[in-house]
Amino acid sequence: MEILQSTTTTWHQACTVEDIPADGGACVLIKGRQIAIFNFSRRNEWFATDNQCPHRHQMVLSRGIIGSQGQEPKVACPFHKKTFSLRDGSCLNDEHYSIATYPIEIRGGIVYVEV
Amino acid sequence: MSTSTETRVVVIGNGMVGYKFCEKLIAKEKEHFRLTVFGEESQVAYDRVHLSEYFAGKSADDLLMAPRDWYSEHGIELYTGDPVVDIDRERKQVRSHHGLVVAYDYLILATGSGAFVPPVDGVEKDGVFVYRTLEDLDLIQSYARKARKGAVIGGGLLGLEAAKALLDLGLEEAHVVEFASRLMPRQIDEAGSGILQRQLEALGLQIHLNKSTQLIQGTDHIEGLQFADGTELPVDMLIISAGIRPRDELAKIAGLETHPRGGILVNDQLQTSDPSIFAIGECALVHQMIYGLVAPGYEMAEVVASQLIGNVKSFRPFDMSTKLKLIGVDVASFGNPFAQEPDCRTITYDNKAKGVYKRINVSSDGKTLLGGILVGDAEQYNMLLQTCKNLTILPPNPEDLILGSRGGEEAGAGVMGLPDEALICSCEALTKGQLCHEISENGQTTVEALKKSTKACTGCGGCTPLVKDLIQGVMKQQGLYVRNTICEHFDYTRQEILDLIKINQLTTYNEVLNELGKGDGCETCKPLVGSVLASLWNENILQKDRAVIQDSNDRYLANIQKGGTYSVVPRIPGGEITPDKLITIGQVAKRYGLYTKITGGQRIDMFGAHVGDLPFIWEELIEAGFESGHAYGKALRTVKSCVGSTWCRFGVQDSVSFAIELEERYKGIRAPHKFKSGVSGCIRECAEAQSKDFGVIATEKGWNLYVGGNGGSKPQHAQLLAADVDKETCTRLIDRFLMFYIKTADPLTRTATWLNKLEGGMSYLKAVVVDDVLGIVADLEKEMQLLVDTYHCEWKEVVENPELRKRFSHFVNVPEQKDPTVQFDSMRNQTKARDWKTVS
Ligand SMILES: Cc1cc2nc3c(=O)[nH]c(=O)nc-3n(C[C@H](O)[C@H](O)[C@H](O)COP(=O)(O)OP(=O)(O)OC[C@H]3O[C@@H](n4cnc5c(N)ncnc54)[C@H](O)[C@@H]3O)c2cc1C
Ligand code: SF4
Ligand code: SF4
Ligand code: FES
Repeated sequence: MEILQSTTTTWHQACTVEDIPADGGACVLIKGRQIAIFNFSRRNEWFATDNQCPHRHQMVLSRGIIGSQGQEPKVACPFHKKTFSLRDGSCLNDEHYSIATYPIEIRGGIVYVEV
Repeated sequence: MSTSTETRVVVIGNGMVGYKFCEKLIAKEKEHFRLTVFGEESQVAYDRVHLSEYFAGKSADDLLMAPRDWYSEHGIELYTGDPVVDIDRERKQVRSHHGLVVAYDYLILATGSGAFVPPVDGVEKDGVFVYRTLEDLDLIQSYARKARKGAVIGGGLLGLEAAKALLDLGLEEAHVVEFASRLMPRQIDEAGSGILQRQLEALGLQIHLNKSTQLIQGTDHIEGLQFADGTELPVDMLIISAGIRPRDELAKIAGLETHPRGGILVNDQLQTSDPSIFAIGECALVHQMIYGLVAPGYEMAEVVASQLIGNVKSFRPFDMSTKLKLIGVDVASFGNPFAQEPDCRTITYDNKAKGVYKRINVSSDGKTLLGGILVGDAEQYNMLLQTCKNLTILPPNPEDLILGSRGGEEAGAGVMGLPDEALICSCEALTKGQLCHEISENGQTTVEALKKSTKACTGCGGCTPLVKDLIQGVMKQQGLYVRNTICEHFDYTRQEILDLIKINQLTTYNEVLNELGKGDGCETCKPLVGSVLASLWNENILQKDRAVIQDSNDRYLANIQKGGTYSVVPRIPGGEITPDKLITIGQVAKRYGLYTKITGGQRIDMFGAHVGDLPFIWEELIEAGFESGHAYGKALRTVKSCVGSTWCRFGVQDSVSFAIELEERYKGIRAPHKFKSGVSGCIRECAEAQSKDFGVIATEKGWNLYVGGNGGSKPQHAQLLAADVDKETCTRLIDRFLMFYIKTADPLTRTATWLNKLEGGMSYLKAVVVDDVLGIVADLEKEMQLLVDTYHCEWKEVVENPELRKRFSHFVNVPEQKDPTVQFDSMRNQTKARDWKTVS
């Protein structure tokens, strides 16, 4: 379901807006890759990151609780509560870890992610 | 090994005072001393003053004065379990039981005292104990398991503490046998004794006065006591607490002067008749007396340590004020409690209905406080003690000191009104000025922090309330105020948030955040608010915006495990299950490839479920009559039960039925942390009810209710809240206890920790939930009833609701596909989660 071509990455239609719970996250499968999608309903702000937590390699980040630390939007891994910035993927409580983030767009109730 | 510049110091006795001496000496001068310590007990020095807390769940490690490593880290040679058996004063060396010979320049005797056992026929029988060491307590504890009736000989401070311990150990009868005509004759006056006796009787102790024990009956183990007046008392165990006897036997062998009635004679410098040998603590007889308290012992340690580094110091008469801990009734005496008119003016307050007696002795000129007695309410003890010790000038109406001022300002000026020199912690000789400095300049603003930096409150602990007041006072002066607020998004404590949510009738997280918080919330405040909303309104935790604020376990109504799969635990109330239901569990587990294991709470856990399978699994379980077990929630786990009177030949009540009733009543209720329960059918306690947040044990007459127990990493025994109550009363008390806990505990705090932190502890809890001093029990019961009435099985609602059900898939864009990264290994014909990959 590719719509736009860029050099190495492609925009994919991931899911509908309703598939992701408000102020929460869910996981989508894109080209064999597990991507976590999150949103903050008040600002209609959306983020996409790896679903895998780098700490113990668990596919669970989409099930984590999201929130903010100061101005930084973040998600907490349900396993050992490592928290990651949703903007740049850096781990906020352990500098050894980081996750990949992906560009995301909403158009007409559809969520698009560039992978 | 030792060089000539080193001074060799040998300490005999590794008790409280012997330890304190080491600590003080190395703090002053470490370099020039070579310290060797011999201890007879196998334990390194521990806090004997708080010995009874061992029964309340503290471990031997918790009680240590310092861990064993501390000694080696400070270059101290320590030999425990190896008493010194001989002192060769000519050669200046000691010899231990194991044959070690060590030379000394100075020898410190800190051998303490042992229990004095009167020469009564039969004291050697099984079941007769003294109350002095950890080992004694171990023996008492294991013997108490098979005993029903216990007695203590001796109605003094220690005897009453031991008697209370017998009650706490769950004995049906605890007796106190006193030779004198009243309790605690050395500390309090007759009127005070009377009130104390009535209060103790109300707690369940049986008191026998004017009784001289002549014989301990029984063949090889104790069966009863026989008194001089011909009466008898059948008991299965006995603790003798008839006073202490200084351990001076070694001093005698060495030819040092001792007193005929016990005690090593020392002068004001605490030197024995041999100038290079000192005696300190409870073995020393100074000023013609044995100081049987820890604070004067510590001061003796200080006096000798100072002298060894070359200072001149002597031991002066020491204050013997005491406050009894742990008994459930406050008792305190201070200064000169017995001073009488015309040497002073005595003011008394005697309220038999309330069980309170207070007496103060004021100097004839009305200016200073000479001493006094408090029974039933010793809240003012520390203030009065300080007022007395510091010769503080009294307010014009000294009676306000004990009555509280009737209108107007607080009598005296509280702890902040004391002079800077006022001694606050007498064990560590810390003045108000020193402590204020620590608080204000060094920022040590909690009792814990002050304990670390100054050792305040670590001795007898009597100064703790005063230290707390001091912290509050200093902080207030500086305009500071500390609270345990939730996180950066909510500037409230859990209790405040709960009250605010209730008053404002908020039911969703976003409402709460909009009204009371800021930012987007986080993994700390979201589940906390989720739990509070559930505790208040009991609506489905996944509806409205509440699913995304729950921790993963609550969000998927299952426990997340290694690898990201979930475990499923259906409720099996009281651990009772029909064969048909067992078959269903077996079939479901087979169908979905689940690993099965019996849990510690008497139910069955199925592991390895894919998130997408959860609704299907539950559909089948619900069909067969199961409900959610809430193993994922901060909620009731199980009410474990033994088979009780239905099958067991010892059972006195039907424990299974009661366990099922309780589990059905409290299932699903959300609390600050998980909570567990158990019901045993008799005193043998096969259901381990005393290790639970609330536990019930059947008695001949009804049920005993215990609360605040814990297993887990910090085991603690539950404490008795009510004895011999019927089922209805028991349930009502549990309602109140649980609701009070739910409303006031900090987040993620189990009942044991909550109770430990609760100001006033168990007595306060009893006052609130049994005596209703706050006037809230009707509300607590009502609030609990609402939760009980609104119970619903969360899984049933999910299974029947397509919207909720949809959330149970791993990939929202390919819902039927399972997480391909999940992998299992096999073990003993079942699956297990693949180990973590730890390299990143
Ligand atoms: C249950 C209980 C409650 C108490 N409550 C309070 C209270 O509330 N307030 C208070 O101020 N005081 C209280 N006390 C008293 C307080 O514990 C003592 O005053 C204090 O422990 C005395 O310390 P010590 O070092 O002199 O003696 P101990 O602590 O008895 O230590 C002496 C040690 O020396 C060892 N020893 C003896 N002979 C030898 C030898 N030949 N070689 C090697 N080692 C030897 C003994 O085994 C013992 O371990 C209480 C005591 C008990 C038992
Ligand atoms: S606690 Fe008592 S009734 Fe229950 S199983 Fe044990 S012995 Fe039997
Ligand atoms: S004791 Fe530790 S390993 Fe065992 S179930 Fe509890 S948390 Fe897991
Ligand atoms: S696996 Fe995510 S924090 Fe450990």
